[in-house]
Amino acid sequence: MALLVDKHRPRTLDNLSYHSDLSARLRALAQSGDFPHLLVYGPSGAGKKTRIVATLRELYGPGVEKIKIDSRVFQTTSNRKLEFNIVASVYHLEITPSDVGNYDRVVVQDLLKEVAQTQQVDLGAKQRFKVVVINEADHLTRDAQAALRRTMEKYSPNLRLILLANSTSNIIAPIRSRTLLVRVAAPSEDEICQVLKRVGEKEHFRDVEALNQKIAKDSGRNLRRALLMYEAVHAQNEVVTEKSLVPPPDWEALIAQIADEIIEEHTPARILQVRAKLYDLLTHCIPATTILKTLTWKLIPKIDDELKPDIIRWSAFYEHRIRLGTKVIFHLEAFVAKFMRVLESYLNGIELDFD
Amino acid sequence: MAPLLQSSQPWVEKYRPKQVKDVAHQDEVVRVLTNTLETTNCPHMLFYGPPGTGKTTTALAIAHQLFGPELYKSRVLELNASDDRGINVVRTKIKDFAAVAVGSSHRQGGYPCPPYKIIILDEADSMTEDAQNALRRTMETYSKVTRFFFICNYISRIIEPLASRCAKFRFKPLSEDIMSSRILHISKEEGLNLDVEALSALSSISQGDLRRAITYLQSAARLFGSSISSKDLISVSGVIPQEVVEKLLIACKSGNFDLANKEVNNIVAEGYPVSQMLSQILEVIVEADDISDEQKARICKKLAEADKCLIDGADEYLQLLDVASNMMRALCNMPQEFPYES
Ligand SMILES: Nc1ncnc2c1ncn2[C@@H]1O[C@H](COP(=O)(O)OP(=O)(O)OP(=O)(O)O)[C@@H](O)[C@H]1O
Ligand SMILES: [Mg+2]
Repeated sequence: MALLVDKHRPRTLDNLSYHSDLSARLRALAQSGDFPHLLVYGPSGAGKKTRIVATLRELYGPGVEKIKIDSRVFQTTSNRKLEFNIVASVYHLEITPSDVGNYDRVVVQDLLKEVAQTQQVDLGAKQRFKVVVINEADHLTRDAQAALRRTMEKYSPNLRLILLANSTSNIIAPIRSRTLLVRVAAPSEDEICQVLKRVGEKEHFRDVEALNQKIAKDSGRNLRRALLMYEAVHAQNEVVTEKSLVPPPDWEALIAQIADEIIEEHTPARILQVRAKLYDLLTHCIPATTILKTLTWKLIPKIDDELKPDIIRWSAFYEHRIRLGTKVIFHLEAFVAKFMRVLESYLNGIELDFD
Repeated sequence: MAPLLQSSQPWVEKYRPKQVKDVAHQDEVVRVLTNTLETTNCPHMLFYGPPGTGKTTTALAIAHQLFGPELYKSRVLELNASDDRGINVVRTKIKDFAAVAVGSSHRQGGYPCPPYKIIILDEADSMTEDAQNALRRTMETYSKVTRFFFICNYISRIIEPLASRCAKFRFKPLSEDIMSSRILHISKEEGLNLDVEALSALSSISQGDLRRAITYLQSAARLFGSSISSKDLISVSGVIPQEVVEKLLIACKSGNFDLANKEVNNIVAEGYPVSQMLSQILEVIVEADDISDEQKARICKKLAEADKCLIDGADEYLQLLDVASNMMRALCNMPQEFPYES
């Protein structure tokens, strides 16, 4: 059984529910015969991908939905073989180069040239060019990004790129200046409620406005998360009401527990206890950044305002370290220890004041 | 049937100057190359400078003007970062091309056709140091029959032994005047209506990068039709609306962490890129009259650190919130960090 997120994913620009001015613009672009390279960016769960798939359909018709997965082998200069999956229709391809880490340049180089040098197979195709969708473009290495530059200019008759990213911060300037920037903001809480309502009607769920609002709020404006929560709540309750609980996922509950523990006691023994839980989270493939951020959000409401900027500072500091280092557990634990220390001296400082 | 071939050409390509003399604002290199067209003398060249200032354009133009369409293929090798240019390619493909002897100089079909070949290494800053080193010999050995054109954004990435063998030209960011006149020219050709305000907005947001200006112009024309306002241009450029920046500053000035956090949350959910936000904060802070030098220094230091962290791939939300809470402390003259020994 498909998840609601997939089952009710809108397939055409007309059916997209929010940002209707953006949909209209994308439609105008697709119909203009003058479709540019796009750099589509926005937070995750904002619906970038859905919007792009709908745009492709506008460009080529329903044929783009007939996709197959190709497994391809590329060879690096050091003769290493790389296996790589490509999702493709007759009209377009979709790749996630960050799957091959530092070898992404090879894939980008070889694949794009190949696409650029072959014509559309379908002579009745509505567009002369093929589209290559690049997922997680903000994770492309600098080398891979550099490899895109001239390709985007030179092969413009046969090739259009659609880059998807969470932010443009990590996209080099020469690429930004070769693309049309399309920002997709997260839907507002109201917009999320409307989507939930619509999905609920199709599924014949009981409509509880207040519950939807609560879900929208808890989702942090992430539509994917909201739909998952919505589905869970309706699956777990015979009759949902305003008061139905939307339980957080297990991992989030565990992090909340860690937060309580490190506020309560600031000792090496406690660090050791927490370590086991952190390992537990990591072995369940919760990304270290997510752990650190979630922990931070659980801690912040529990401490004095005066101290909040310090905790953010260290959280940002150790998150950066996580990116640079290889052993994420070190940095998570360092944050825990740092937090205890800062809190401890803050509390002592207050006591001193009263002396 | 493939429809609409003509109009699907991006304007950056359509309006790429075909002749060296049409390259705007880079007078020195234009003068030297115009001279080359007469004398056919040409040293190895190194073009460097920011994106969209005409480097690739100039190199392609001179190559075409020297050899004409017939000889171009056999006399010019153009390699860019999308081509493999590792050490092996330098030792084989590049060397082989460089080694081929060419006939003596005589004009053909109105083109000077000098007795050498040209190898254009575009985006050369992405070549490894090893590959660059391997080029040294080739450059020397075949300098009679081959000229090299290196093109890059950052001259510091080109190893000294290569750079020192070239005549170096820095491509300057285009001035607002020149930018405006190119844009007006294109607008006229494309039948667009651009008022004075829009024109100056476009020149200033593209910061000397003409390709960016042309891309924005074409994007705005596609999306908003032939009458284009400064607002349309700002919306396609990825610049964050000024009121968003102001709101964050106001929240920081209030000294209330939760307010600042709420703004940061909103900025990230709206999808505004944090690196862009940092540069716009910087602009506002530096120019503000009601912020002391010491406060400015504190804020700017943090902005620089956060910018570096973002380049390393750090989390955008945490970085912006760190900047915001630091800014809050600076603006409210709170101590930098809670006084505990470290
Ligand atoms: N000096 C200039 N005079 C006229 N047009 C220019 C000039 N500089 C840039 N352009 C316009 O901008 C486009 C891009 O220029 P070009 O490809 O030469 O940039 P570049 O300097 O090679 O940039 P990058 O460093 O990103 O490769 C050209 O197609 C042309 O339309
Ligand atoms: Mg170039």
